[in-house]
Amino acid sequence: MNLFLEFWLWISDPAQWSGGAGIPTRLGQHVLYSAQALALATLIGVPVGLVTGHTGRGGFLTASIANFARALPTIGVLMLVVIAVGIGVAPVMVALVALAVPPILVNTYEGVRGVDPQLKDAAQGMGMRGHEVLLKLELPVALPLILLGMRTAAIQVVSTATIAAYVGIGGLGRFIVDGQARREFDMVVGGSLLVVALAVLVTLMFYLLRRFLVAPGLRQAAAK
Amino acid sequence: MITFTGITKRYPDGTIAVDDLDIEIPAGRTTVFVGPSGCGKTTSLRMINRMVEPTTGLITVEGQDIRDRDPAVLRRSIGYVIQQAGLFPHRTIVDNIATVPFLLGWGKPRARARARELMELVGLQPEQAKRYPHQLSGGQQQRVGVARALAADPPVLLMDEPFSAVDPVVRTSLQDELIRLQAELHKTIVFVTHDIDEAVKLGDSIAVFRPGGKLAQLDTPERLLANPVDSFVEGFIGYDRGVRRLSFFPARLLTPRTDTVVGDDVQAGRARELALRSGEPWLLVVDGERGPRGWVSTETLGAADPGTVVGSLDLVDYGHVFTVETDSLRAALDAAVLSPAGRAVGVDADGRVVGVVAQSELGSAIWSVGAEEAPTAEPVRSDG
Amino acid sequence: MGDQPLIRWDWIARNWDDPVGTRLLEHIQLALVPILIGLLIAVPLGVVCARWRWLYPSVFTGVNILYAVPSIALFFLLLPYTGFTQWTAIIPLSLYTLAILVPNVVDGLYQVPQHVRQAAIAMGFSPLRRLIQVELPIALPVAIAGLRVAAVATISMVSVASLVGLGGLGQLILTDGFRRQFPTPIIVGIVLSVLLAFLVDGLLVLMQRLLTPWTRGSERAARRTSAARREAGAGTTAPATDTGSRRAEAT
Repeated sequence: MNLFLEFWLWISDPAQWSGGAGIPTRLGQHVLYSAQALALATLIGVPVGLVTGHTGRGGFLTASIANFARALPTIGVLMLVVIAVGIGVAPVMVALVALAVPPILVNTYEGVRGVDPQLKDAAQGMGMRGHEVLLKLELPVALPLILLGMRTAAIQVVSTATIAAYVGIGGLGRFIVDGQARREFDMVVGGSLLVVALAVLVTLMFYLLRRFLVAPGLRQAAAK
Repeated sequence: MITFTGITKRYPDGTIAVDDLDIEIPAGRTTVFVGPSGCGKTTSLRMINRMVEPTTGLITVEGQDIRDRDPAVLRRSIGYVIQQAGLFPHRTIVDNIATVPFLLGWGKPRARARARELMELVGLQPEQAKRYPHQLSGGQQQRVGVARALAADPPVLLMDEPFSAVDPVVRTSLQDELIRLQAELHKTIVFVTHDIDEAVKLGDSIAVFRPGGKLAQLDTPERLLANPVDSFVEGFIGYDRGVRRLSFFPARLLTPRTDTVVGDDVQAGRARELALRSGEPWLLVVDGERGPRGWVSTETLGAADPGTVVGSLDLVDYGHVFTVETDSLRAALDAAVLSPAGRAVGVDADGRVVGVVAQSELGSAIWSVGAEEAPTAEPVRSDG
Repeated sequence: MGDQPLIRWDWIARNWDDPVGTRLLEHIQLALVPILIGLLIAVPLGVVCARWRWLYPSVFTGVNILYAVPSIALFFLLLPYTGFTQWTAIIPLSLYTLAILVPNVVDGLYQVPQHVRQAAIAMGFSPLRRLIQVELPIALPVAIAGLRVAAVATISMVSVASLVGLGGLGQLILTDGFRRQFPTPIIVGIVLSVLLAFLVDGLLVLMQRLLTPWTRGSERAARRTSAARREAGAGTTAPATDTGSRRAEAT
């Protein structure tokens, strides 16, 4: 059997493109969960990383938390939360945010810590106050690493959101779960390839973000 | 003026970086802090803009205790240049220079216009304005660093080993540039270096620090070279300080002799007579414009047909010359030492020969100035 | 559930050998095989990319795409080909390990200082000897940093393989725990998986200490460069290029 032919037949079937179980709905749900989780994780990870990186305090703690989080089997955490709290979007969101915060937090922290002390010395010596050093120097210089952390987080969230279907909510994972249950393999393939496409798209999006957000002086200097 | 009164910096681990320092830094002049590493010179500099707080003592800038001023506001009024320039990699050259004007709330057009003015002042090309720091060489980056420090026209400039990371040729040109700028701007400059030659070249006065953060000697460069207070200072400034000190005496003190200079159209026989009369073994041959052509020895003259003109004989290369009006005794001595004839050729500003000076005459001139106070506090200019 | 305790110790005691022990052994096997396969491919590939640098940008792009592909999706796509064999899990996890390791091996080799390489050439090392005795040892800390990330990530990801019906601690979580709404096996699965990850991570740290005794004094510096990379996994830096030539010439 040919994977791509299977996928093509499935995706070109008009039946897949409408209704509550259609591709647009499922894709929309998947993107929505992922975007919400990533936004929440960024709102937590970036400020905490900036402050801990700027003050230099809590470095060991952030590293330990991130290390621990990386070792956690996400599927276990998700299922435990669902058993404890019940099925719904909220527990899934908790698991996804918990998954996405560590890479963002650690990369922000390391990005800020990695700013050349000479630059910080120059910034202070010219009369920048603490918050000015943070916002005008450390944040822009750390931005490439922060974006990288966000990309890592985004890919993990997009891929893990698939598992969310196992605990009863929507998203592209539903195609996989339902396809398995109904022995409709084309549906499983369709769902899987859509997840792959979405993850690759996210990678591309971060590539573009980097192009537009990171100062040209940094993009090239980073290669040094 | 900047004054240090009883300044001590002691770190929690007990290390004393600066020990009871009293120093007055005159306004509008360049004061150089020099010393081996760990002598507290950089710490002392960084106390002026409150990057380091002293443990005890008082520092005033223009009569005002710096502790009464908000550190950020104080720093915006003091230019600061550091070793690797510390340019912001994410900002263009023009915006790097405009950093302090931006902090002071100048509008963007005004801050950038000022930055472009400074680029010109420090010798950067206008088309470099939109570049990023990593696209510039080390020397150019350091020029940007100086321009950035000058952007808000601060009366005081702190320079912490600004030229130590660039190669010697670039360093020399940056030093010359700073001398030129200072002649124009008259800032109160405090300059830290570990290089005594740089200190002598740039400083109106030099503060030599000894390990343990004590001030060993504060003097003009010339007096420092003439009278080091103790063996530490003497050792630090090096054992060729006598020769270096000659930089402070003008070559004008010499009286070059002209009777051993002959035109290249003079006949060999006549030239030989001249040589015998002067008692000198070498004659300098010059062309119609009195430009130097080379040395001719009495032996060559004796062997030649008396009828030939000296210009057609084998001449010995005259080496390099010194300019009588603007060079120092050190340059004259150098020219004499390197000359194959053992004599230095003195020229005027247009390169015409004024006369020649033998090493023996240089020796007596040096001996006569040995005990004297130098006439200038700064090295004679074109001497490097 | 509701009123039942979070952990029932008697369940753990009764099931310690089977299924807990069995699942743990499966988990170890499912994790270690991909790590080894990834390592066996990544090291030669990295060496080749460091030797012929023009290759790296395209390999780097490929590796970045691999990194983006969710393993979970790959499990399902492979299922019809490899069925319920371990290969269904091993192939995606090997690719994932590969994606993290290749940039680390290349970065590590790029970090070999030019003067060290020149000195080795001048002393008459053959290219192969130079690689084995000089360049690879110097690249080791960065490469092991990547290996640690890959190992920890793989061990936690093996649990997902339970969704396609494979074994490992994921089965404990899914079948014994979630399907029966019984938290104890889930907690046991999580704890054992985390402990296993920490154990392997610790062993790798120990291995690095033994293999690179010279880095001990300067570990802080090594950590600084590799810590961010560790988190970011694959593709932290763009392929290094010769910046020297791009710099404007001196004044």
